[in-house]
Amino acid sequence: MTPLPGLGTQQEFTTGSGRRIGVITYRDGRMELIVSDPRDPDKICAATDLNGEETSTLANLLGAPQLVGKLTEQQREVTGVTTWQLPLVPGSPYDGRALGETEMRTRTSVSIVAVIRDGSVHPSPRPDFVFAGDDLVVMVGTAEGLRAANEILENG
Amino acid sequence: MQHTAIALIELGAVFFGLGILGRLAWRIGVSPVPLYLIGGLAFGQGGLIPLTGIEPFTELASEIGVVLLLLLLGLEYSAAELVTGLRRSWSAGLIDVALNAAPGALVAVMLGWGPTAAIVLAGVTYISSSGIIAKVLGDLGRLGNRETPVVLSILVFEDLAMAVYLPILTALLAGVGLVGGLGTVGVSILAISLVLVLALRYGRYVSALVDSPDPEVFLLRLLGAALLVAGVAAQLQVSAAVGAFLLGIAISGSTATNATRMLTPLRDLFAAVFFVVFGLNTDPSAIPPVLPFALLLVVLTTTTKFVTGWLAARKQGIRRMGRARAGAALIARGEFSIVIAGLAVGSGAVTGQLAALSTTYVLLMAIIGPVAARVVEPVAQWAVNSRASART
Repeated sequence: MTPLPGLGTQQEFTTGSGRRIGVITYRDGRMELIVSDPRDPDKICAATDLNGEETSTLANLLGAPQLVGKLTEQQREVTGVTTWQLPLVPGSPYDGRALGETEMRTRTSVSIVAVIRDGSVHPSPRPDFVFAGDDLVVMVGTAEGLRAANEILENG
Repeated sequence: MQHTAIALIELGAVFFGLGILGRLAWRIGVSPVPLYLIGGLAFGQGGLIPLTGIEPFTELASEIGVVLLLLLLGLEYSAAELVTGLRRSWSAGLIDVALNAAPGALVAVMLGWGPTAAIVLAGVTYISSSGIIAKVLGDLGRLGNRETPVVLSILVFEDLAMAVYLPILTALLAGVGLVGGLGTVGVSILAISLVLVLALRYGRYVSALVDSPDPEVFLLRLLGAALLVAGVAAQLQVSAAVGAFLLGIAISGSTATNATRMLTPLRDLFAAVFFVVFGLNTDPSAIPPVLPFALLLVVLTTTTKFVTGWLAARKQGIRRMGRARAGAALIARGEFSIVIAGLAVGSGAVTGQLAALSTTYVLLMAIIGPVAARVVEPVAQWAVNSRASART
């Protein structure tokens, strides 16, 4: 963390391609995303203000695949269990219906552990959670169960 | 016309005129400080129209302007930032002092103005304008650049150096000898250390003392505390400005943020009066004789500040282009140079020509600084390209 006296603080890291990506946090809580210039790494070529909601959206956009990756990693130890991330296509029978109505666990022994919508993660959705088109459904189960679950989400 | 009526009309005209100048300044992208000085020069002593009857107000208002300038400077930095800033930048800070105070002192000696004036002018050429620099870096979108923390920590060092320098200056101007001068330096260093420790450990208690959820009460307490501390500091010969600066450091956290928001318009108002009064008290006919020396100082100290920034940035492993940007960013001088010159001229211990020289110098540097920061990249790029083409 680098202090910017009188303004706030800056945190950054360098990517494998040699560019700095960082965040400036101003005293008043405002945040700014910065990306360094490819020709001059000391200089920034892009900066944009982000409000609280925008920062969490960005974090989720980047973090969602990580979440699935992490779950896969954790379940690798439990043999036979994997994590899938399946899209709920618009027009699916469950588009606009509650999660409980799928009776997923009863029918396939698959657990729905999270739903990703518009870049934000809804972890451990309750049975009354209502699906919408283009949701990404993160599920844990056996390969067989997951195939069945995919079938249910697509065709009911 | 009645005396009060004339005073009100004059004051109103001055403020309204400053408003127009300020608008013009931001539109063409320079600090309003040089324009306020020009505004002051145009009137008053040796100017077009003498202003009479408003001196009692403007005199006190310009004192308050200095107190508020330094109070807000103190509020800007937390004690923790000052300490880490000092730790990171002390070597660059010392180079800065050596390179940039020397030209001012040298020119004062050349002009035969005596040792006190030499110390005054050293301060004038040393101190960069943190107001102008912060604004320019923000406008140019350079806050995320790697050289920016280097630039900012040099500014932090300069501000702390001011806290040591101003009491010395006050003592010298009051005609206290070497021993007495050393005494006040001791007192001020002790006071600064004490305030830093206090602010680090018990900052919230100081903040609680002035804080209030009611904006009116908050403003009155804050202003009251600032003037009280400044007055007591002045009585102790430690300089009113330093008292206010230290109070600003001691106030921290959300109280400091709120205080800054509340006091900024007041600071702008009273500081504007201060710059105008400085201009008013400067005789424009004294400028032509000192102009060559002002130009000499401009050339010398533009170079030395550039070198300061370049070296500091190099030390942090920043590439050439970044070093050039850091050097150019630091060039601007402004409000604090005038504060120093104002203290000196106000005391009557130095020649009036110093006011003319300082005004001319700051006028030029406050304009050259932002311009240099803007053009440094294309110029450096052009230099690199022409060198490359010369080689082939």
